[in-house]
Amino acid sequence: MNPKKNDAKRNIHTISMLVANKPGVLVRIAHVFARRGYNIDSLVVSPAYNPRYSRMTTTAQGDPETLEQIIKQVNKLVDVIHAAEHTGEDSVHIELALVKVKFTATTKSIFSKLAKKFHARVIDETADTLIIEQAGTTEKLDEMEALMKKYSVVEMVRTGKIVMARGVSET
Amino acid sequence: MKNKKSLMTGAEVIIKCLEAQGVDILFGLPGGSVIPIFDALVESKMKLVLVRHEQGATHMADGYARATGKTGVVVVTSGPGATNTVTGIMTAMMDSVPMVLLTGQTITPMLGKDAFQEADTFGITMPIVKHSYLVKDTNELPRIISEAFHIANSGRPGPVLIDLPKNVSAGLFTGKSLKQKMDIPGYKAVPKPGTRDIKKMAKMFKGAKKPLLLVGQGAVISQADKEVRAFAEKLQSPVVNTLLGKGAFPETHPLSLGMVGMHGTAYANKALINCDLICSIGSRWDDRINSNNDEFCIGAKKLHIDIDSAEINKVVKPDAIVIGDAKSALQELIKYVNTLNTEEWLKEIEYYKKEFPLKIDMDKGLNPPYIIDTLYQLTRGKAIVVTDVGQHQMWAAQFYKSDHIRNWLSSGGAGTMGYGFPAAVGAQFGRPKDTVVAIVGDGGFQMTAFELATVAIHKLPVKIIIMDNKFLGMVRQWQELFFDNRLSGVDLEGNPDFVKLAESYGIKGYHFNKISDTKKVLTAALKHNGPCLIHAEIIKEGNVFPMVPAGKSAYHMIIEPPKTRLEKPTGST
Repeated sequence: MNPKKNDAKRNIHTISMLVANKPGVLVRIAHVFARRGYNIDSLVVSPAYNPRYSRMTTTAQGDPETLEQIIKQVNKLVDVIHAAEHTGEDSVHIELALVKVKFTATTKSIFSKLAKKFHARVIDETADTLIIEQAGTTEKLDEMEALMKKYSVVEMVRTGKIVMARGVSET
Repeated sequence: MKNKKSLMTGAEVIIKCLEAQGVDILFGLPGGSVIPIFDALVESKMKLVLVRHEQGATHMADGYARATGKTGVVVVTSGPGATNTVTGIMTAMMDSVPMVLLTGQTITPMLGKDAFQEADTFGITMPIVKHSYLVKDTNELPRIISEAFHIANSGRPGPVLIDLPKNVSAGLFTGKSLKQKMDIPGYKAVPKPGTRDIKKMAKMFKGAKKPLLLVGQGAVISQADKEVRAFAEKLQSPVVNTLLGKGAFPETHPLSLGMVGMHGTAYANKALINCDLICSIGSRWDDRINSNNDEFCIGAKKLHIDIDSAEINKVVKPDAIVIGDAKSALQELIKYVNTLNTEEWLKEIEYYKKEFPLKIDMDKGLNPPYIIDTLYQLTRGKAIVVTDVGQHQMWAAQFYKSDHIRNWLSSGGAGTMGYGFPAAVGAQFGRPKDTVVAIVGDGGFQMTAFELATVAIHKLPVKIIIMDNKFLGMVRQWQELFFDNRLSGVDLEGNPDFVKLAESYGIKGYHFNKISDTKKVLTAALKHNGPCLIHAEIIKEGNVFPMVPAGKSAYHMIIEPPKTRLEKPTGST
């Protein structure tokens, strides 16, 4: 499924921000969302390529008018270099998941097959658990999660989405 | 190694940097964490105005800033000192007033440990500042102070807070120079209006038969008064102003319709619903003007000039936009527009002016419109008028016509009661030669009345007119009109004797309650050399009209007192 179409249907927006690497920046940005009743679904923060800055990527659900306001208000923050929404067509989107499953003699091979199907890999194994690492689009992660859930999932951690603009333009 | 004795403390650096910014006055109140700063102030030529409550300091700095265009500066201590400034910061933020606040803070090793008088000032104020700093290193002070002043008073102005841990202000400065480069790559410089946008907007005016210009605070901030006038006169377009836009276009000009909106003139609101083009110059289509966007200027082309691109599309979806300050935008725009054929439109407006004038009802006794009108005559419209919030504010806006920018100071967006009197104090400090009149209600005045001490100490010739109806009048008006006159929490029984209150501070007091005494008392008060308080006991149940109920469009304006019960308003406040 085209991720852009899918996100549009669910009113999910992906916003990428380049911000000063300073205390308080995250709170300022979170305030802009919270004040307008917008829930942040996922948030990824890490130092940018230029270590003076941090890169933040968030996904949030809500109406596009409010989102336009949020992006403009975020852009107004002195600590924000720029903020923009990214759709599936102008950028690549990726997310990482770690899924811990409990296996039995019969389910172990099922988990291995599922992992292979989703280009995921087993990165840790104990006597009765596996940790599977999957990188991919949010949709692929959702799909694998749904299938794994039929068996014995102990826990799951997802990083949230990161995006990068395609071509020469910067994110 | 430099000799430790020759090094400056952070506090001394702060004072030097403030002086370098051209600051000549500070409003504040000390406390443990800012003692180093107050100590360094002893050596400075900057004037310190010691207030009685930190909220007063913020409104004084605000009034000073609005009256002069310069940045107002506040110095307070940590914890309660800082939290007492919150209302004043929010007031400045809402009305885009340049302000820098220096707040004391506990020493950095104690941050977050509930130290004595510690508050998370940086966190508490975050949503109501344009920007803020928590300083951790004495050596960064010069850069931070330059950035703070630059941010506060450029682009769309606003308050900037600098939280100063005591060990930062008491610590030694080991940096090379007090001249440090600003480092704010994310701060967008003032946008220059785009030529394509200008031309597109200019085209929109072509063929307009019923144009209307709406001027707001942005026109005041960018000092675009001459440009607005030239533009309106070239177009031959009538002009309405917002509450804060008073003075951006002379309200005595034949093309002026005065204030528009909830309590604007009936003719301004009639023009609003009948125009075929409306051009906002530095207003944000606030809900006092447009409280029902579906019925706002139906069918009219909407043009929006604003320095803040976040205002575009926020309320009104405009047909053309120019992003830039009002002054430079109009300087460009005027080149591309021609005089419009508005003869018929101006005739129509003349009819509205004749048919629905502002009225002063003299039948019931002493009333604010008459007092304000008399004040207007006696001061020949030249006083700096500072209001509080409520009925008296709306009457003052209606009856005290403003012809010049920075002569009308009022808390618009925030609607902060308690603002008027201290803001007038700040305005008088900024413009000592001008007549400053604070028009306040009995409710709001009592929220910051303790600054009478400040006025007395500095012998500031501020004239305070208290419109005393012994009610929280605007709420009472709503309860009468929309809530079957079920009065709840509006009776101000327990008011002091305001004249005695003034006298106890050594301030001259006047009292009157008759129409016939108005002129005499106001004349004496205006002549009085020094501060004075005028206690006007007005009729208890006066109402402000016209009125557009909150949530309704200007089509639903009530011009005369209604005879039937009105439905409860759906709009916000």
